[in-house]
Amino acid sequence: MHDTGKIVLGLGVFGVLVTGPLWYGIGRGKGAPPELPKPANAKQCIEPTAFMRARHMELLNEWRDAVVRNADRVYVATDGQHHEMSLTGTCLRCHEDQDKFCNKCHLYAGVETFCWDCHQKKKGKPTLSARLGGGTP
Amino acid sequence: MTMRRRSFLKLAGLGLAGASTAPVAEALVRGTTEAGKNASQGKRWAMVIDEKKCLTRGGCDACVKACHRAHNVPALADPRHEVKWVWKEQFENVFPDRVTPYTPAAMKERPTLVLCNHCDNPPCVRVCPTQSTWKRADGIVMMDMHRCIGCRYCVVACPYGSRSFNFEDPRPGIQGEPTDYPTRTKGVVEKCTFCTERLAAGQRPLCVEACEGIGCGALTFGDLGDPASPVSALLRANDVARRKPELGTSPHVFYLL
Repeated sequence: MHDTGKIVLGLGVFGVLVTGPLWYGIGRGKGAPPELPKPANAKQCIEPTAFMRARHMELLNEWRDAVVRNADRVYVATDGQHHEMSLTGTCLRCHEDQDKFCNKCHLYAGVETFCWDCHQKKKGKPTLSARLGGGTP
Repeated sequence: MTMRRRSFLKLAGLGLAGASTAPVAEALVRGTTEAGKNASQGKRWAMVIDEKKCLTRGGCDACVKACHRAHNVPALADPRHEVKWVWKEQFENVFPDRVTPYTPAAMKERPTLVLCNHCDNPPCVRVCPTQSTWKRADGIVMMDMHRCIGCRYCVVACPYGSRSFNFEDPRPGIQGEPTDYPTRTKGVVEKCTFCTERLAAGQRPLCVEACEGIGCGALTFGDLGDPASPVSALLRANDVARRKPELGTSPHVFYLL
């Protein structure tokens, strides 16, 4: 065991290199998860926050399949409330701007979404469903 | 009291399980979808186009405009990239078997309204490798843009040219302020859906209402499963035509010629 010093030094360099991005992030003030603005017009999401945070993607996929494939449009939440299964009509009613809500976490986590390739920002004026009296996908 | 190893492990296990259940349970709750409540159950939607009434308006395109506006169908500069849900085509191309060498040019060239025929036996559905187009129980041939991979088999299979492919990003081509209806994206196929979003709300397709709105009423929409519906009455009382019936697709857009 004549190379203890070299090994320890090597391990040290390795440790710094591997954890480097973490320190860099913290140093640049990017360590903390993004703060999300609370919607002004609602206190409670359709399901508990823990569920929405962990599994909103599954919920959205379920909604997509239910509406598009089975033409079922009503979601019964665990609290018994009925909601229209609609990204634009229900989610964006409170989380008005995806740049300030969805994209904030998704950019932070580096998870790309393609929802907005087709679905759009909520308009200020009455929605299609309001104007047509129908549902909005 | 001394604790034995076995009882320590048991207690520790219980404690861990207790600590972890609360957040896990909270993240596991979920609601249900209210299945089978959609308005289209037990129906067979169909449309009747009255050619004579439509022609009295000449170059009217109220239905086309209303549809393309509401569904964010773009108007693209390159005609090869054209996207259409409902449009007018020359009669000789819509009903080639009804044109003879003696048919006058005026008759051959008269503008005829065409859209997806929502066939009983749709060839587009049969060829779709991802089942992104399928036939609903109420007869509507529906598109799931989330699943479409843009292979265009359906475009080739459809004998009526009812399907359009997005060769480019459609958003810049949308006329006016887009509505909340989702746009499509480059690389998917789209077509008329008989306004499923409106049917779900108990309304008729937009083209039908637009046609009625200008006082023409050339388009009639309804449920063929209901003998009292206006389409059933029209089909009982008239000699109606369907496009290319010899192909066995059984179109459900009917024409009073």
